[in-house]
Amino acid sequence: MHSEQKPSLLLKLAAWGGLVFLHFPIFVVVLYAFNTEESAFSFPLQGFTLHWFADAFGRQDMLSAVWLSVKVATMATILAMVLGTLAAGALYRKDFFGKESITLMLILPIALPGIITGIALLSAIKMANLDPNFWTIAIGHATFCVVIVYNNVIARFRRTSFSLIEASMDLGADGWQTFRYVVLPQIATALLAGAILAFALSFDEIIVTTFTAGQERTLPIWLLNQLGRPRDVPITNVVAMMIMLMTAIPIFGAWYLTRGTENTAGASK
Amino acid sequence: MTTTAVQFTNVSRHYGTVKAVDDVSITIADGEFFSMLGPSGSGKTTCLRLIAGFEQPTSGSILIHGKEAAGLPPYERDVNTVFQDYALFPHMNILDNVAYGLMVKGVGKKERYKEAEAALGMVALGDFGGRTPGQMSGGQRQRVALARALVNRPRVLLLDEPLGALDLKLREQMQTELKTLQRKLGITFIYVTHDQGEALSMSDRVAVFNKGKIEQVDSPRNLYTKPATPFVADFVGTSNVIEGELAQVITGAAQAFSVRPEHIHFAQPASADHLGTQGTLIDVHYHGATSRFEIKAATGQLLAVTISNRDAEDPTLPRPGDAVALSWARQAMVPLSAGTR
Repeated sequence: MHSEQKPSLLLKLAAWGGLVFLHFPIFVVVLYAFNTEESAFSFPLQGFTLHWFADAFGRQDMLSAVWLSVKVATMATILAMVLGTLAAGALYRKDFFGKESITLMLILPIALPGIITGIALLSAIKMANLDPNFWTIAIGHATFCVVIVYNNVIARFRRTSFSLIEASMDLGADGWQTFRYVVLPQIATALLAGAILAFALSFDEIIVTTFTAGQERTLPIWLLNQLGRPRDVPITNVVAMMIMLMTAIPIFGAWYLTRGTENTAGASK
Repeated sequence: MTTTAVQFTNVSRHYGTVKAVDDVSITIADGEFFSMLGPSGSGKTTCLRLIAGFEQPTSGSILIHGKEAAGLPPYERDVNTVFQDYALFPHMNILDNVAYGLMVKGVGKKERYKEAEAALGMVALGDFGGRTPGQMSGGQRQRVALARALVNRPRVLLLDEPLGALDLKLREQMQTELKTLQRKLGITFIYVTHDQGEALSMSDRVAVFNKGKIEQVDSPRNLYTKPATPFVADFVGTSNVIEGELAQVITGAAQAFSVRPEHIHFAQPASADHLGTQGTLIDVHYHGATSRFEIKAATGQLLAVTISNRDAEDPTLPRPGDAVALSWARQAMVPLSAGTR
């Protein structure tokens, strides 16, 4: 409920101050991506240039890092969509022994510090005698991407009347047909929104990746390494801005897709 | 009766210690309008779901047209269901909803739309195919659900309290339409309801459920005039169930019996084939066509008497507080067995 009292000036200042504090650094990064000066963050800006964009896109190591990140995020998202949907379908209705524990185990990776997930994955990979590669990164990311998809899909399942599934079976559709024609259309937007968030999460993940990547370099790891080279700071700014855009657009997409679904999902009731 | 549509033999469905359906045996004839009547939690809906295949029996056998159904999934049964909440697919338009059953069976697009149009025409919604369920009223969705089930030409149609969400006028209209439709199609309707008026007015036969068991299966007239147990006497219409001490005082035996309120008059028993008792009038409720008098008998049991309001106010009728004599004909009494308590 909204309170009737008007907020005090102090509260307003604090709120805006908090927002500026959170977002000012991002603004600075974007601003300096266009700065003509090479290394230092001097103010005011020396001049405006798009020169660094050309430089950034000329860097083969950067492009291959981007490509690896896209591949990893895509694979992690696909794994998360399949596993998250299956888990949500299994857990939303039936009560059975151990259900609470399984739910907790699914949700835990998002709550665990990345460093713990990372160490655990690294020792698991070593125990299995695997070399860290593309697949170990993707699977590492999938551990926390599954829960994103799972949470979105199970919320939609809970709002969907189970009699829709019974009606479909009653009308002669087997399990697969029911999933294809009734369940999937019902959860589609929630599934897509979950997938987009999972993609964004995977795309800029660094802590778990550090442990599972081995010699591979995803974009965030490439960026981290760049910080040791002051001469490349403007290029780093350009790439950071690109990552921001690449993750912000999907997040807005997810918000847009799930925006009014309270109304549409239960419309038949 | 000709052939058998559905036959339950000693069917039970238990959830842990809860016996939702407890050793039920019924035979439903082909082409019959059969109702399952009972309060919520009496097992009637579970019986319907057992026929549809959403539930499997714990024990017993269910035959649908002579074929054992226990173990078969819903999509391998020649029955269709009209759901209480209609369960229309919100992401499809009305025509696709109705054509769904044919679509999953692989009927071609042209053919299935033709059939769906015809089914919609049958429920007087021929022009509504392009709408979505969200754009339809409750009564219209009800008809769509009906058309969606009937387009598959099932031999048995299951209806789970389909009129529960409709208002009174619409409900009465739909009752008539359902009955007409059933006669026209000649298929078996199995109708679950907790509304005894609905069950009595539409059905060929009614099974009265109580606590997972069937109390009585009979025609509506027999259920009303010859209830077998106190539960049926009380649940179907209203009734005075007289047992124990009061029965002993009136008839000289402890055998329980029931008397309908409209069969009791304010008078001393006039002859040997009339019985009666005395009491005090506590309250009078006006119901339009009738008035209901509540009388406390000498033993403390409450009795009801219904008097038609056809005549203008009758000055001889008692007023609250008056001592009254009650009388009824011996043939108005129906002896009751114990039934499920």
